[in-house]
Amino acid sequence: MNLFTQLFGRSKVKSKDVAKDRLLAVLVRDRINLSSKEMEQVKADIIEVISRYIEVDKDGADIALTKAWRQNLLIAHIPIISAIQN
Amino acid sequence: MSATVVTITSGKGGVGKTTTTANLGAALAALGKKVVAIDTDIGLRNLDVVMGLENRIVFDLINVIEGTCRLRQALIRDKRLEGLYLIPAAQSRDKNAITPGDLVDLVNQLRNDFDFILIDSPAGIEQGFKNAIAPADRVLIVTTPEMSAIRDADRIIGLLEAYEKNPPELIINRIRPEMVKRGQMLHTEDVTDVLAIKLIGVIPDEQSIIVSTNQGRPLVMQNGSTAGQAFRNIALRLIGRDIPFINMEDNGSLLGYFSRIWGGLGQSKAAVQPQVFEL
Repeated sequence: MNLFTQLFGRSKVKSKDVAKDRLLAVLVRDRINLSSKEMEQVKADIIEVISRYIEVDKDGADIALTKAWRQNLLIAHIPIISAIQN
Repeated sequence: MSATVVTITSGKGGVGKTTTTANLGAALAALGKKVVAIDTDIGLRNLDVVMGLENRIVFDLINVIEGTCRLRQALIRDKRLEGLYLIPAAQSRDKNAITPGDLVDLVNQLRNDFDFILIDSPAGIEQGFKNAIAPADRVLIVTTPEMSAIRDADRIIGLLEAYEKNPPELIINRIRPEMVKRGQMLHTEDVTDVLAIKLIGVIPDEQSIIVSTNQGRPLVMQNGSTAGQAFRNIALRLIGRDIPFINMEDNGSLLGYFSRIWGGLGQSKAAVQPQVFEL
């Protein structure tokens, strides 16, 4: 299951749902044209910026490109440990 | 008379562009429109064979463009259906033999004599495709409910945006209602969610389509197939009629469709409103 499926939950996955998820992800990737290396860099940068304000679980964090609600989206899944107090 | 120029394209090969062009042409002619279908798949021509006109070819698209013949000499009139004409592709050249400008000029010469000019685009995104979309007022994208076809259709949508054409409309071909029911095939709604363009037609996967190309008789010249009705409905939508999409729940049978209308006279709402497989 990909990040998007994990976020929104599926109890029983049919192959057509797998197809749809994969299509939503691959179509955005086709249009954006970032390499895996660049995606890793984007992920690292996002985690770094958010970490300045909120403590996050860096190993549990992930990003994904997908299409939803007729928009191309980058979704960041960032588990929060706690807010950093000033 | 001022023609609407409609290009039928797809990206992916083999999804049904040519079959769609042939059947749409026949359906529009059956509605009383004057239609010319143009095969722009130079080197791999097929529209002539699908329409059953392969023995009538004397001159082709390249002959017209190069001035070897007059335009009307290349127009093949379908003797079975009043108002239906074909300009076949050349078989011995390739797609780089003509330019988008050539096709725009040719189409402009035809605009005053026809209601519809249908352009059958080749697969791909190179010269042939660029030629085919250049004169288009409307673009219909044919896809099947499968990964590769949908991905390629999305690429085409992106290219059409870049070429600043009007928003394309979608035809989903080869729907198998039983597989959709079992969750093994994308539902029409899934495909439109993914591609996010307006749907103009849904065609079921039927043996009758292969039989019709075997015989060179477009489906709309025969009765009794859901696919034929689906093509007729697309033609009606092209001329501006608002036709509800066929409910294919009953294994795509036309009988099932009619039984909902006649059998449920007190439930006319059920017949008119699109249902499960709706669109």
